[in-house]
Amino acid sequence: MKLTFPRFFADYGMVFVLLLLCAFFSAKTYKEQSPTGEAAAKDVAAAILEDFKNAPRVLIVTSEQPGDAAFSKKLERDLLASGVRILGIAKGEPKDAREALQKIVTASEKLEAIACTQVTGGWLLFSDLKTSFPALGEPKVITPKTYRWPDFLKSDNLLNIANQIAVIAIVAIGMTLVIITGGIDLSVGSLLALSAVLAAKFIRDFAGGMTATPMGMLLACVVSILLCGVVGLFSGLMITRFGIPPFIVTLAMMLVGSGLAYIIAKGQSIYQISDSFVWLGRGADFFELPNAVVLMLILYALAHILMSRMKQGRYLYAVGGNREAARLSGVPVQRVLMFAYIASALLAGLGGVIMASQLKSGSPTYGTMYELYVIAAVVVGGTSLSGGEGKMFGTLTGAFTIAVIQNGMNLTDVESYTQKVVLGLVILGAVLLDRNRHRA
Amino acid sequence: MIDTAPLLEMRGIVKSFPGVQALRGVNLTLHAGEVLALLGENGAGKSTLMKVLGGADHADQGGILIDGREIPFHSLKDSRSAGVAVIYQEFNLVPSLTASENLFLGHEITRGGFVARNQERRSATELFKRLGVEIEIDTPCRRLSTAQQQLVEIAKALAFDARIIVMDEPSATLTSYEVGRLFEIIRDLKRQGIGIIYISHRLDEIAAIADRVTVLRDGKNVGDRPIKQITRNEMIELMVGRDLKDEFPKRNSMIGATRLEATGLRRGRTVQNVSLTVRRGEILALTGLVGAGRTETVRLIFGADARDAGTIRLDGKELTIRSPKEAISLGIGLLTEDRKLQGLILKHSVRENFGLPNLTWLSHRGFVRQSRERRELDHYIGLLKIKVSNQEQISNHLSGGNQQKVVLSKWLARNCEVLIFDEPTRGIDVGAKYEIYLLMNELAAAGKAIIMISSEFPEVLGMADRILVMHEGRVTGEINDVRQATQEQIMQLAMS
Repeated sequence: MKLTFPRFFADYGMVFVLLLLCAFFSAKTYKEQSPTGEAAAKDVAAAILEDFKNAPRVLIVTSEQPGDAAFSKKLERDLLASGVRILGIAKGEPKDAREALQKIVTASEKLEAIACTQVTGGWLLFSDLKTSFPALGEPKVITPKTYRWPDFLKSDNLLNIANQIAVIAIVAIGMTLVIITGGIDLSVGSLLALSAVLAAKFIRDFAGGMTATPMGMLLACVVSILLCGVVGLFSGLMITRFGIPPFIVTLAMMLVGSGLAYIIAKGQSIYQISDSFVWLGRGADFFELPNAVVLMLILYALAHILMSRMKQGRYLYAVGGNREAARLSGVPVQRVLMFAYIASALLAGLGGVIMASQLKSGSPTYGTMYELYVIAAVVVGGTSLSGGEGKMFGTLTGAFTIAVIQNGMNLTDVESYTQKVVLGLVILGAVLLDRNRHRA
Repeated sequence: MIDTAPLLEMRGIVKSFPGVQALRGVNLTLHAGEVLALLGENGAGKSTLMKVLGGADHADQGGILIDGREIPFHSLKDSRSAGVAVIYQEFNLVPSLTASENLFLGHEITRGGFVARNQERRSATELFKRLGVEIEIDTPCRRLSTAQQQLVEIAKALAFDARIIVMDEPSATLTSYEVGRLFEIIRDLKRQGIGIIYISHRLDEIAAIADRVTVLRDGKNVGDRPIKQITRNEMIELMVGRDLKDEFPKRNSMIGATRLEATGLRRGRTVQNVSLTVRRGEILALTGLVGAGRTETVRLIFGADARDAGTIRLDGKELTIRSPKEAISLGIGLLTEDRKLQGLILKHSVRENFGLPNLTWLSHRGFVRQSRERRELDHYIGLLKIKVSNQEQISNHLSGGNQQKVVLSKWLARNCEVLIFDEPTRGIDVGAKYEIYLLMNELAAAGKAIIMISSEFPEVLGMADRILVMHEGRVTGEINDVRQATQEQIMQLAMS
């Protein structure tokens, strides 16, 4: 098959839009950056060693910002290894640095360099050292070299986006399955809360609370997710056996699920959980990627294989494309629908567990409006609400598009009310783009 | 009539779609009080030409003249104000609205912003009286029969004083009796000076009702003659562009042992105690008028609907079929009558449609063997001469005949032992029909048992080894000696 440009654009239009958005926010947030932590330490150490060949005397001055501890530790190690004499390490505020300098003067030492972070290098104290501490000689204040780079493209920020979207993206896998069959699942937001509350409660009450073992927590999570699956089973039965429209069934289950979550949690947040529970949501064990993101990518890969390579995937499309034609071709329509709703509920349950882990607590307020964000991600990703069409990676693109817009607007200081307006318009725009694709 | 300008003249209409030139300069004239039959195989450009006339598509070149004056045709509104009404195969009626509401849909008679319902109902009654039909004007259209819905469409055309009425395959879903009524109405409309463009594949009907024939092939005019000066075979030759010796291919039947036997099938009032058998190598025709319960009967055999009573035996063994899935796994296949709604998933590709009943054997541990699937489909595309640009082509973009072939390929690949064809040649052109007949013969020769539902008696007589006639949910007759049977004989049984 030849891929002509319009066709290519139609198929990957949303990816282009996503890249354009990234480019836009990169340009908007392009500014002076200074390294922090170990990178900054390396930079400063190199500068000192280049400027002073023979064993200079150095004072390290840091404040108490995140990364400063790593900075001073790394710098100390590097400088000592190169034979530099470190006369002191000042941490905290300018007065701490002044004391350190005073100490050096008292010890009648001279100072060649003061190693600073970007912040401490700017302190007024260092601008008139000659007059306030003439005895020190003429120490040079050395700060990390600045460079220009967009805030948006800093790896911390990108990981942040991925981490924030992981829950929505995982729940959106199930929603994509359901929407491809021509249905809808409004209960995912409530199931997310239910699962988070259940998992937190099980850990608190049965797995040992603050001292829970990994095995106990795992069991608590699995049981919570399975219980959500039972709700999905119930929705599926209502839809297949009694022919109630999915919209109604899942709307009812949305209320039931949310109510149950409040009842189980007694309206409170459950937080008496072992610290190690955050491993799933906040840990980063593979190539510094957050575990939740790794899990999300694995699930998308599996879902993609399901939809493109497996019989069940083909059946899902067929049921959504034309239910009667599918049935008369021997597709077990009811079983396929059950599969979609159970999968959606299980994935919502998993999303809830991840969220509980990220926030180290379970609260019935989680997941409010999530069903709408999830549906938005699916629709922006090009899946048609009339069923029978859609791609898993489209949904991932959709989820990322929404996350990038939110993140970009946060970085460019757009207030949250405006953000809602923009997001709403973007969803409309995406569907328009999709309509054009279908005309082409 | 000769010196007046024709009612409608379409000149040099050109229309192309991406990749297809549908019309290459087509001319068409229609006089007042004339029935013009527009003939052509599927894909010849009839529908496109009528869409241009109806304002649904805009021609790239060419002009449309009404009473000798050129009129712009850019929208449905233009077409409507020029007095053109197009009645499509799929009716444009809102099922939940009443007959009278549908008549005035979009053109409600209003008084002070409110719909003047009583006035509408009076006008509706009058219109139906003018057509000489009895339709309860307050019945929701979903409760009307196909024939009645068609009459509502015709009345709708009259409601805005249409002078040109296009009927696209109006008889396709009508019984012979209803077709007769339709023809009376058409003759009446003629007398009122209305010009009618009649599109149909049924040549007997055209001979009966049309005054003149215009034949299209590949988007061009290939013939325009008064009906008196053209024979049925000449019409076919013009349409297909070659001469066709026989409409139905010959074959020697080799009939074996009983394959499928259904006894005492019942479902509500639609199927009442129907029994039938079909043997290896046999083509059994199930015929009758529309609504006789034929489709309903085979749906019971296929497990598409639940039966109230009755047993089904395959090779003497009793089966408990409760779903199409089970029927298929036992080797029973059903090619549904409505391929657009039941046979195909139109928005999916040819390959996806082909694979659907075959995934059970085309997959291994849940994974589809895609290269095997492609090879199989390629085989059937060649065998059935399906015209597709590639396997990923969306089935909605295929012509009716090709769509039917895709449906066929689905079931051939499944290698069913009992194949049920429900109206296999409805709405497809002569050439494709012949190919499907040939294929049914080959299947029978290979020892498959075939049940063919058809409302076209010539087809039934031409193809079947044995004929079963149904009427109102019951079998009213069986004809074993098909060679001696006549259409009249079938009709007798079908009406009894």
